[in-house]
Amino acid sequence: MNVHFTVNGEEREAAVQGPESLLFVLRERLGLLGAKDACEQGECGSCTVIVDGDLVCSCLVMAADAEGTEVLTVEGLATEDELHPVQQAFVEHGAVQCGFCTPGFVVATAHLLEHQPAPTEPEIREALSGNICRCTGYGALLRAVQSMGGASP
Amino acid sequence: MSVAPPDATTAPGRVGSSTLRPDGVPKTKGAFAYASDLQDERMLWGATVRAPLARARITRLDIAPALAIVGVHAVLTAEDVPGLNAMGQIVQDRPVLAENEVTYWGQPIAVVAAEDRETARRAADAVIVEYGELEPITDLVEGHERGLVFREHKARRGDPEAHGEVAVEGYYEVGTQDQAPLGTEAGIAFPDTEGGVDVYAVSQWIHVDHEQIVDCLGLRPEQVRVHPAGMGGAFGSREDLSLQVHLCMLALHTGRPVRMVYDRQESFASHVHRHAARMWYRHEADRDGRLVRVEARVLLDAGAYTETSPAVLNNAVYFAVGPYQCPNVFAEGYAVQTNNPPSGAMRGFGAVQSCFAYEAQMDRLAVELDMDPVELRLLNALETGDRLATTGQLIEEPLPTRAVIEAVRSLPVDADRPGNDPLGLPGGTGLTTPPNSVVRGVGFAVGIKNLAFSEGFDDYADARVVLTAAGVEVHTAAIEVGQGMVTILQQIARTVLGVDQVAVIFDDTSLIGSAGSTSASRQTQMAGGAVYRAAARVREEALRRADGDDLTGAGVWRDGTVVATLEELCGSDPIEHEVRYRHIETAEPDEDGQGSPHVDFSVAAHRAIVDVDPELGLVKLVRIDSAQDVGRALNPQSIIGQIEGGTMQGVGLAVMEELVLDRGRVLNANFTDYLLPTFLDAPPVQSVIVEEPGSWGPFGAKGFSELPTISSTPAVVAAIRAATGKALTRVPVRPEHIVGIE
Repeated sequence: MNVHFTVNGEEREAAVQGPESLLFVLRERLGLLGAKDACEQGECGSCTVIVDGDLVCSCLVMAADAEGTEVLTVEGLATEDELHPVQQAFVEHGAVQCGFCTPGFVVATAHLLEHQPAPTEPEIREALSGNICRCTGYGALLRAVQSMGGASP
Repeated sequence: MSVAPPDATTAPGRVGSSTLRPDGVPKTKGAFAYASDLQDERMLWGATVRAPLARARITRLDIAPALAIVGVHAVLTAEDVPGLNAMGQIVQDRPVLAENEVTYWGQPIAVVAAEDRETARRAADAVIVEYGELEPITDLVEGHERGLVFREHKARRGDPEAHGEVAVEGYYEVGTQDQAPLGTEAGIAFPDTEGGVDVYAVSQWIHVDHEQIVDCLGLRPEQVRVHPAGMGGAFGSREDLSLQVHLCMLALHTGRPVRMVYDRQESFASHVHRHAARMWYRHEADRDGRLVRVEARVLLDAGAYTETSPAVLNNAVYFAVGPYQCPNVFAEGYAVQTNNPPSGAMRGFGAVQSCFAYEAQMDRLAVELDMDPVELRLLNALETGDRLATTGQLIEEPLPTRAVIEAVRSLPVDADRPGNDPLGLPGGTGLTTPPNSVVRGVGFAVGIKNLAFSEGFDDYADARVVLTAAGVEVHTAAIEVGQGMVTILQQIARTVLGVDQVAVIFDDTSLIGSAGSTSASRQTQMAGGAVYRAAARVREEALRRADGDDLTGAGVWRDGTVVATLEELCGSDPIEHEVRYRHIETAEPDEDGQGSPHVDFSVAAHRAIVDVDPELGLVKLVRIDSAQDVGRALNPQSIIGQIEGGTMQGVGLAVMEELVLDRGRVLNANFTDYLLPTFLDAPPVQSVIVEEPGSWGPFGAKGFSELPTISSTPAVVAAIRAATGKALTRVPVRPEHIVGIE
């Protein structure tokens, strides 16, 4: 079957076989390699995207269920010339090491700040607890998010 | 060298500044190419048939049903391995594909290539394998008693009759930890038109991969080119080959590019893990607390094949006493062959296991002596001019053991009672224990490890630095695993050459010589050392060509004036120098383990503060602080990142991370059941960078990135012991150990 949906503001159509996940279709059919596949169980958040305003693990969404939705991936955040403020903050605060978790964290942080522009430290930790980072120990990630107007704890 | 490089500065982009990593922008945009992102229009997908048992004879293997599936191009077994059916960087003994028998859970038996991923997976499922199950050897002591030992190592130093007045004994265990890099094993191989192959895959040392791949494929070395590929972390798991030979075999057989991406379960099954350990210790001291004698016996679970176990085992013995002086040491270790999952390198490499034991012993000794545990450590601290307790090697490089201990001790401590905010207590809002029953504890630990390769190994790194009109190119086979190699090499080249435009180019095995392994905390000193020296030669030639006295991006200067722009200097004739850099020679120790097997060491200290719910056995880390010996800080932001990240991997081993095994099978080979620290588990970390420049790393820098993972685990457990009064002799500490219902 074919699925029709909006991805980063563009109408897209993709062939989908059986139970393929949204993550697989984004990566392998649409060439959007930003979302990463690290656990395929919804535990690590590396594949995080936004579907109709909700933060989801795209590995847990059946691609067929994305019919008619609006999907935002990490590729949809920066403009031609400018990084999204979350991306800029991650780069400046050393929140990126191997970077495999980074696209998921960037999308989850952008979603958090859109709904809660000045999160406290516990709110940041709670909101990003669905994303696993193995390199940074989360310190630089916390400093990056706090630098973007996070309230003091 | 006649032209001394300028002093390090903190100028932007130079050594000493928190220069931002050049791959940060593409990584935040999702535009950085990882091994799992590599593809080709003509590619096939590969998949692997794996053993569901840890030990069995293969009684039947039938690939016909898989070959019959439409879209399947190849199904290859051990018979199809063109060369040597054995891999391994120390001893080549692990089959590329199992032949007649399987010796660990998940061992590869056959590989397939098909038009798409689903077809490849279906084909792998369709291969018929029948087994005659054998009793797996899963107990370390049993394996040792049966003489199944890959390597034994002894350290005997001092007087066998010497004894102290105060003695403590202990038995300790470490569970099997997984590196759990977020990127799984992945890669792609391209056949060339003349029977050769190019492979792009996860690796920590492409040249040692190349040697093994050539042997397994039965090709000439120049027919195989191993390329680095974007890595989602490594932490030791990429030191041994995974899918490289499989990819090459399938590509050569089908004449098509072949891609493989392991899923998480395969990743757990396919790479080596940190060795599980069982350790028996006896420490003796005089009444003042000075160590007089240490006895240690260490068993490490190596799994079914050699891998890097000999080196890990030796490290566990070399650092059996830790960063302490002791004149009489009798230590022995054994890397035991079992049918548990394969073991090999993980951050800390043997020094982690013994640190958990010797730091617990130091705390026991402090109790026995009625002494402050930090004072006991300061009293015995090993420093420059002392001799390593196990080998007797004189410590000649800076080793600021007391400084790291004092630095951590002087950091402020939080309130000695837990607060009332449920979010900050063990179990969070699910806490059922009255908050005033929650207890707080503080724990302290110090660790030591060697830097770079040891024991007489010819340890070198090649690098080529080229100055062109457009700027500087640095060519290296060092691997960017995420640690920031690319940034450090840029900073070194910029600082030596005075030119800001520096591109680091990670070449394949046909274009540059080996940089050695990206492990053992060695590349800042080794690849960095090679780049430093090659850049210095380039600078020297630039000044000579234009008879100048300084070099910058503007060109060569003489008496404050530019006398040749880069275009004029090297527009038509780039200045190029290649260096093979070696650290000073080390030597194999004698039969008593005595000698000078190491080139350098680093130390770190941690202090952990925990709150414990003694009724449910839940632990909440309040904070964990650290001080780290780095020689000279080349990039402070990057150092903090290594300390914080490494510390959290040690925290994981302390309280949550372990492969759960049943008859050698891994029961939790996924991220739902193998627990990793999340944002909510991670406490604040305050890090102190201790700088005492070394003599041989660029600008005095030392490697250090394994250290944060070594002393964090014992510090956390010491804190839990302090809170609960329990002995806690095994990591990870589980709730049942705290509650006492094992």
